[in-house]
Amino acid sequence: MSIYRLNIMVCGGTGCMASDSQGIVDNFKDILKEKGYDQEVQVLKTGCFGFCEQGPIIKIHPDNVFYVKVTPEDVEEIVDEHIIKGRRVERLLYEDPDLKEKINEQSDMSFYKPQLRIALRNCGLINPEDIFEYIAYRGYEALGTVLKNQSPEDVINTMIQSNLRGRGGGGFPTGLKWKFANKAPGDEKYIICNADEGDPGAFMDRSILEGDPHSVLEAMAIAGYAIGAETGLIYIRAEYPLAIKRLEIAIDQAKEQGLLGKNIFGSDFNFNIKLKYGAGAFVCGEETALIASTEGLRGEPRNKPPFPATSGFKGKPTNVNNVETLANVAPIILNGPEWFNKIGTEKSNGTKVFALAGAINNVGLVEVPMGTTLREIVYDIGGGIRGGKAFKAVQTGGPSGGVITTKDLDTPIDYDSLQAIGSMMGSGGMIVMDEDTCMVSIAKFYLDFTQEESCGKCTPCRIGTKRIFEYLEKLTEGKATMDDLHNLKELCESVKDTALCGLGQTAPNPVLSTMEYYWDEYVAHVNGHCPTKECKALLSYTIDAEKCIGCTACVKKCPVDCISGERKEPHVIDEAVCIKCGACYDVCPVDAVIKP
Amino acid sequence: MSDKIKLTINKQIVEVNPGTTVLKAAKSIGIEIPTLCHMDLCDFEFVNKSASCRVCVVEIEGRRNLAPSCVQKVEEGMVVKTHTPRAIRGRRTSVELLLSNHPQECFTCPKNLDCELQKLADDLNIRDIHYVGEKINYEKDSSSFSIVKDPNKCIMCRRCETMCNEVQTCGILSGVGRGFDVIVAPAFKLPLQDTSCTFCGQCVAVCPTAALTESNRTREVWRALADPTKHVIVQTAPAIRAAIGEEFGMEPGTLVTGEMVSSLRELGFDGVFDTDFAADLTIMEEASELVHRIEHNGTLPILTSCCPAWVKFIEHNYPEMLDIPSSCKSPHIMFGAIAKTYYAEKNNIDPEDMVIVSVMPCVAKKAEAHRPELTNYEDSNVDLVITTREAAAMIKEAGLDLKNMPKTDFDKMMGESSGAGVIFGTTGGVIEAATRTAYEWITGETLEDVEFNDMRGLEGIKSATVNIGDLELKIGIAHGLGNARKLLDSIKSGENEFHAIEIMACPGGCIGGGGQPYHLGDSEILKARQNALYAEDKGKKIRKSHENTEIIKVYKEFLGEPYGEKAHELLHTKYVKREKL
Repeated sequence: MSIYRLNIMVCGGTGCMASDSQGIVDNFKDILKEKGYDQEVQVLKTGCFGFCEQGPIIKIHPDNVFYVKVTPEDVEEIVDEHIIKGRRVERLLYEDPDLKEKINEQSDMSFYKPQLRIALRNCGLINPEDIFEYIAYRGYEALGTVLKNQSPEDVINTMIQSNLRGRGGGGFPTGLKWKFANKAPGDEKYIICNADEGDPGAFMDRSILEGDPHSVLEAMAIAGYAIGAETGLIYIRAEYPLAIKRLEIAIDQAKEQGLLGKNIFGSDFNFNIKLKYGAGAFVCGEETALIASTEGLRGEPRNKPPFPATSGFKGKPTNVNNVETLANVAPIILNGPEWFNKIGTEKSNGTKVFALAGAINNVGLVEVPMGTTLREIVYDIGGGIRGGKAFKAVQTGGPSGGVITTKDLDTPIDYDSLQAIGSMMGSGGMIVMDEDTCMVSIAKFYLDFTQEESCGKCTPCRIGTKRIFEYLEKLTEGKATMDDLHNLKELCESVKDTALCGLGQTAPNPVLSTMEYYWDEYVAHVNGHCPTKECKALLSYTIDAEKCIGCTACVKKCPVDCISGERKEPHVIDEAVCIKCGACYDVCPVDAVIKP
Repeated sequence: MSDKIKLTINKQIVEVNPGTTVLKAAKSIGIEIPTLCHMDLCDFEFVNKSASCRVCVVEIEGRRNLAPSCVQKVEEGMVVKTHTPRAIRGRRTSVELLLSNHPQECFTCPKNLDCELQKLADDLNIRDIHYVGEKINYEKDSSSFSIVKDPNKCIMCRRCETMCNEVQTCGILSGVGRGFDVIVAPAFKLPLQDTSCTFCGQCVAVCPTAALTESNRTREVWRALADPTKHVIVQTAPAIRAAIGEEFGMEPGTLVTGEMVSSLRELGFDGVFDTDFAADLTIMEEASELVHRIEHNGTLPILTSCCPAWVKFIEHNYPEMLDIPSSCKSPHIMFGAIAKTYYAEKNNIDPEDMVIVSVMPCVAKKAEAHRPELTNYEDSNVDLVITTREAAAMIKEAGLDLKNMPKTDFDKMMGESSGAGVIFGTTGGVIEAATRTAYEWITGETLEDVEFNDMRGLEGIKSATVNIGDLELKIGIAHGLGNARKLLDSIKSGENEFHAIEIMACPGGCIGGGGQPYHLGDSEILKARQNALYAEDKGKKIRKSHENTEIIKVYKEFLGEPYGEKAHELLHTKYVKREKL
């Protein structure tokens, strides 16, 4: 193992990759080599730092310097200034928008200050492809402690006391899940890690796997010891090639070091981990569908009970935990359940990672203690609404969740509070919407997703979500009636009540929740009017005859020739032909075109 | 018993065994919950557990959602309400949604008045479909001669899948696609003809709608009957007489041989014959082949080859074992071969002017008739195959009420049969018939007790040992292709050794064929049909194939020796190795 003077961590998350962070890595490698520093400075592509808005991000250890919006062209300057001369490149430091000051330390940034990183503790900190860096940060110490000093029952009790709940969305107590699988009769048991992250916009699991794969492997081994399983499977979508590569490296390294395989830490405990690839079906996040897919069958859920704890993979007792849940396990073992209990709210302990997206200034991945209010997330961490617009709502729980409105901005975020206001924690997607967002369109967006992702097994989900989507389409086209609106509501309730799995049962939530808080908006659409003007079909442009000077600028610009009128006389728009492109509005020199 | 589970259904307390479903528990106290996708093949121990239609939902106290009673197991202290407004709304919504994505062409649908979805819509008082929208729009698959698949009528109940994959272990049908567009289809949505489908038709037998139906040939039969230049004759398979009455409201197991013959004659056929005659002919050949193989150290076991679905199954799945099935053509094909030669000659008819129609309990026989090797002198042995259901439809079309038709006999020359020929229609029957003849031929003694009880019944795999002189003849019997697979695997592994094996693709044998009146896995119906055939056998004066006087005559006047040269040319066939897909 070589020792480097400096480590340059370049973000390898999707956002930064899209902004050519690979080019940054390549340039660093070339320039360092050219200038003869490649033996003392290491360049690494690491997991997501979370602050995607400011990407591409690089961090230089041990100097603890955080550069934002770096381009491949900046690399030479960083090498010359920072690496060679030891001077910070000021212009690449983050500038606080309120204080208008450059911030040196990551922990001083308003984006990071309220965060507490447990699941993401090592992301951006360590080289995910080097097991010794993980070990240096107390990696595998929890597994060792458990194997040396604790019985499976002790481990389960610790997990129960910690009150860790499933981070994949359901919120079921992890310790209890382990207990059921432990108690289930059978010699052959399985641990499955659910890495089939399918919630649109959520990427915390991928970030953990890319940034800290060993934290998941270690937790799976601990879970295996607790329930009596010798095999762990990671069900991961094939669209996550970097996560897969890092997991493969991590598994190999753990095997080499004897941290996976036979007689781990000299105990009787054997544990191996295999990867199973999914084809990226949303429904395969549901555990019975996931298990079916793992077995090579069509990814379809089945009725529960029996639960996987008694009959799962190949009909054997199986414990399925999500990536983020597992990432919490080792710290709980190391720091004790009491430590974990002190974080968060009474019934929801610990932290939760959210993928913050939408009309917000600081888009990114954040981990906050449970009980943090939405206001803190949106305004403190998120930096408020983009373009100074007014906040309208936040969708949590992705396509299965609902909206949270202004009146609930101060709700502490935890499993039960979110459920109480008609949304859900879900896997942590958080889409922020501003005043210009049409709630009918938002509901339509989610239903478009769920009806596509339905496995098609049960009637309410296969046909019901399609019909719900069609109603929403009708609404956004101004073709729906009040009868349709009532039928839609009843259909949503019925689908929720009768669908086979969680996907179908929660699919109507975006509609029901927006109907509850924005019923007037739905009625407005029935009346042919979209209050936010997002639904193009409901717009109609007109020309103010008083203001129009007959300059014909709009006539020349109109792509469908729907504006007519004599020169120097007021013009008119033929609504039947108008495609609502807004070109006339933009070109009119006297503001005579009235935007609907 | 203390280990019973006590629960409340609609305020009534009920005690049932653990593991019972809410649906069954409710039924036990007379509460009917409507179902659609559910299918319980009781005695065959297969249940369609998909719980996908969401019609049987009920309210269970303390549960957030409605529960499907068909798979929901009872729990101690459970409080169930089966017809609250909420449960009924859930049920209605599911059916309305299914209808909203259904062609709704009931008038002309092959399953009109036989459709479970149609009946359910009526039962649930659905007079209005609140939800309208896009409908799936797939091409009909009419690629095969046996089965028509109309995906637009598929309601994703998955019964066909359970039959195809679990019962028959063929693995042709499964859910394909995602979301609204999902249908049950072969992999890559291949046409059935291009798959290793055996055309057993068990998918057709359980489909609640008309998503899977037989390829209908009744129009061609009418056309032939209308053609004065054609000599059209019909034969009916053994299992028809014990089932066709059901289509006319008669009890399962009512034998209507005479009424059936009159009805067909009334339709205008120039001759009404019995496939049982050909069954006896088959025994002459098959028993000869068995004796020949035993006496000449030939390949054993010998496998029966009457069932075309079974033949196609072994061709696809066990191509290395193609030397063991008997080379005998199936009985209705033998009938065709004899009709177009011996019968034609005797009656001075040009075989080219003949149309042979088979009424079969089977949809695989439709495809079988088109196998190129089953022709003589470039003419198909059998021209048209219709199922029991199609024959009943034609009789109804003619305004005849089979129930009240006079009983008449089959026509002479190919109308006589022994009891052995009759029992071909049930599992175990062919091999019992063969044993009756083989016994007498090998020993030269008269077999007094012709009934072999070990070979009877509805058990999936049966075995029997018959002492024939010095020989201990070991017999294996399987019905249902899943059981056939198990039996074949046990022979391959050397676990079992048999001299002769009978295999029928359909549960129960031909009485449960894919072309029979729909029994939906009700084994009581199958038992009644089986008993009817055994009763007919019992009532016959001649119960051994080789004693059938018409059979003796056909060998004497035309074929010569059983298993001889002419017999080989007309009555035997060969098999081809087929790919598995």
